[in-house]
Amino acid sequence: MARILKKRTLTPVTRLFVVEAPLIAAAARPGQFVITRVREDGERIPLTIADFDEAGGTITIVVQEVGVTTRLLGALEEGDDILDVVGPLGTAPEIPPGGHVVGVGGGFGAAALLSLMRELTSRGDRTTAIVGARAKDLLILTDELGAVCDSLELCTDDGSAGFKGLVTERLQQLIDGDGDGGTSPDRVLAIGPMPMMRAVAETTRGAGIETLVSMDPLMIDGTGMCGGCRVTVNGTVKFACVDGPFFDAHAVDFNEAVRRNKMYADLEHAAADRQATACQGAAGGA
Amino acid sequence: MPVKRVDKTPMPQRDPGLRAHDFLEVNEGYDLQRAMFEAERCLRCQDAVCVEGCPVRIPIPEFIHAIAAGDIAKAASILRDANPLPAICGRVCPQESQCEERCHLSGRFTPAAIGHLERFVADWEREQPACEAAQRPWRDEKIAVVGSGPAGLVCAGQLADMGYSVTVYEALHAAGGVLRYGIPEFRLPNAVLDWEIEVLKQRGVEIVTNVIVGKTIALDDLLEKMGFAAIFIGTGAGLPKFLGIPGENLNGVYSANEFLTRINLMRAYDFPTADTPMKAGKRVAVIGAGNTAMDTVRSALRMGAEQGLIVYRRSETEMTARLEEYHHAIEEGVEFHWLTNPIEVLGNDDGWVTGLKCQVMELGEPDESGRARPVPVAGSEFVLPVDTVVLSIGTTPNPLLLSSTTGLETDRWGCLVADETDGRTTRARIYAGGDVVTGAATVILAAGAGKNAAAAIHRDLAAARQTAAG
Ligand SMILES: Cc1cc2nc3c(=O)[nH]c(=O)nc-3n(C[C@H](O)[C@H](O)[C@H](O)COP(=O)(O)OP(=O)(O)OC[C@H]3O[C@@H](n4cnc5c(N)ncnc54)[C@H](O)[C@@H]3O)c2cc1C
Ligand SMILES: Cc1cc2nc3c(=O)[nH]c(=O)nc-3n(C[C@H](O)[C@H](O)[C@H](O)COP(=O)(O)OP(=O)(O)OC[C@H]3O[C@@H](n4cnc5c(N)ncnc54)[C@H](O)[C@@H]3O)c2cc1C
Ligand code: SF4
Ligand code: SF4
Ligand code: FES
Repeated sequence: MARILKKRTLTPVTRLFVVEAPLIAAAARPGQFVITRVREDGERIPLTIADFDEAGGTITIVVQEVGVTTRLLGALEEGDDILDVVGPLGTAPEIPPGGHVVGVGGGFGAAALLSLMRELTSRGDRTTAIVGARAKDLLILTDELGAVCDSLELCTDDGSAGFKGLVTERLQQLIDGDGDGGTSPDRVLAIGPMPMMRAVAETTRGAGIETLVSMDPLMIDGTGMCGGCRVTVNGTVKFACVDGPFFDAHAVDFNEAVRRNKMYADLEHAAADRQATACQGAAGGA
Repeated sequence: MPVKRVDKTPMPQRDPGLRAHDFLEVNEGYDLQRAMFEAERCLRCQDAVCVEGCPVRIPIPEFIHAIAAGDIAKAASILRDANPLPAICGRVCPQESQCEERCHLSGRFTPAAIGHLERFVADWEREQPACEAAQRPWRDEKIAVVGSGPAGLVCAGQLADMGYSVTVYEALHAAGGVLRYGIPEFRLPNAVLDWEIEVLKQRGVEIVTNVIVGKTIALDDLLEKMGFAAIFIGTGAGLPKFLGIPGENLNGVYSANEFLTRINLMRAYDFPTADTPMKAGKRVAVIGAGNTAMDTVRSALRMGAEQGLIVYRRSETEMTARLEEYHHAIEEGVEFHWLTNPIEVLGNDDGWVTGLKCQVMELGEPDESGRARPVPVAGSEFVLPVDTVVLSIGTTPNPLLLSSTTGLETDRWGCLVADETDGRTTRARIYAGGDVVTGAATVILAAGAGKNAAAAIHRDLAAARQTAAG
């Protein structure tokens, strides 16, 4: 059981929770994740540790509501308990020091960049974060990210904030020398929806810029026990929960990863629809 | 006096046509009358060789005699002194290669139904009113147990009974190890396991779930920062093997661990009431022929598969599953493809499994395990049309914990090196037992290892106390 100490709604479908988890806060490294379960007979779902505070004994998670479990989690309030939280899981990415690191984030990925970018900035790397959303009010944690990066680049599809266009278009401009300070990236770190990570991989491939992506396959245990999270990297099978979630973007088999993530899409959608109907029913009755 | 009857008293079981579609237990258990009737068959041998076949040396004739005399409480106490998990072992031990294999009745007659009787006594015990008041630890030393499978649970229970304060750390959200996530309810109902775990808590054992030692807490911190006097490692052999054949990452290919975990731990059979989905498919091929493979193929039927196939590159003789499970699988309509070696999983354009390409094998010279080595028959390739493939070809210890610390030696299979009789590892104050030491084995061997290690921990701590007292 982990108590929710603070809840913030970042967008209509994205919530931030500060959760009491002293053991995890003490052991966590930037880039690791937890697995949570919100009810008896509930699903185990992985969530990135966006931030952690060892002294306070808390971790921060940011949840984007996409299906049954993320919605149930999103509905929890301060003072509620999350039934199960286990971690920290996965291996923190190893990034050689001293370069210009560009973190690219979409969706909850912007939150996942937070502790990573803070660590890199504080050890002296040059850091840029590029975060994107459809429109200004869907961008999350921009103040927090701005505070831990040397420069922050916002991108929106409609131009309501920052650059009008995709994160990858802005990334290309940086590679071409058009960033703040003009240094093109030595390394790129992308966290977000699979299509975005894939586009980032394609953007940096030609220039041969080392790029890591945070893969998000379906997971159960998160400890290497089920093999459900396997991804193919350079022709070899890896378990994302222990070997990852960060992998060389230019070596990942994205086709396979996308296909495997859709394995239960039909069942999940049916369950989500059922949940939505049940909620409306309850609301209507009240 | 013993009564001569050729055959074991049959175990009442549910109709195959019905049971193959739900997860309720197959065997219904003896009633008192059947148990006493069967107990009369035991010869009460002077040289009770059956006992030598039991890894924890249960005094078999004594407990069976108590049943014959109608004193089930006495039988229960004899059993529990020797084996802390009788309700479980009675159900899942491979009796035909252990106690019952040695029974003097075997040969001309069928052996005494030691497993069924053990189960009967333990089930009877579970129905008695709980009486004991909660036990409190009375020693100062704290002991940490890592992993809540049979090895860890038994070790914890024994140490609690000796007065130690014991904390069990479990990585998953529920305790029990393979008994929880692997062995399905139709063989081992959760209620049986839940009861055993409640009893442990009553005896003072604290179980902390959602803690992965080596990730959440460092192994060394348990000793150095958290004040544990000793550690027992019972983390099992949970890492699934894959074949490395083409097509293994297609949609519809699972490890048996994933397949069974979704069903047992996550209760996917109850989707969408339970939130974890599962697609078991219509024609399911399970590769392998051990207990895990039988559990998987029978679970597939229960999840709605129309056909369940076992694909095994050796023959029926080399199969390692319990005999009873094999028989139950046949009754439930499982198809067996012996001497059949999978070489490729085939898929459609959407990446879903459509078939399993195999080759026919024949048995050649014995290999290093002493079993006949299967060799491919040239030009014998054929395709089994299936939509799901589950790999059940074995597991090895998970390196997660062992790679997070130093000084713990492992062998070339990744098994933790520990003394088989007392569980001592290559590091002081750290003991280990069960599958993490032996590789995938049996419940009773894990339970026995937990028991032996508890005794060794007690001896070593007592010696340390004496030294300290000077
Ligand atoms: C290492 C890791 C870190 C993650 N970190 C975060 C995080 O910090 N914040 C966050 O909001 N989410 C994160 N995710 C994704 C999150 O786990 C999924 O969104 C969640 O499992 C969906 O559960 P659900 O029951 O709400 O939706 P479901 O009903 O399970 O699924 C709804 C829809 O989303 C798809 N889906 C399910 N799981 C995933 C997935 N893992 N990736 C992509 N699509 C998926 C399904 O196919 C379905 O179409 C992370 C995933 C991984 C593997
Ligand atoms: C499907 C299946 C069917 C089987 N059928 C039979 C049968 O019929 N008869 C029989 O005798 N045997 C059977 N076996 C084998 C038997 O279940 C095992 O030999 C036995 O469970 C091993 O016990 P264990 O305590 O060593 O480990 P496990 O039961 O594997 O338990 C280990 C526990 O440790 C936890 N753990 C691992 N790493 C960590 C960590 N770092 N921190 C905290 N916790 C951790 C795991 O989550 C797990 O709960 C079967 C096995 C399977 C998989
Ligand atoms: S514990 Fe297993 S081997 Fe021992 S007597 Fe019981 S069933 Fe037989
Ligand atoms: S060997 Fe068989 S008959 Fe003899 S005591 Fe053991 S169970 Fe009874
Ligand atoms: S989630 Fe089970 S092995 Fe990675």
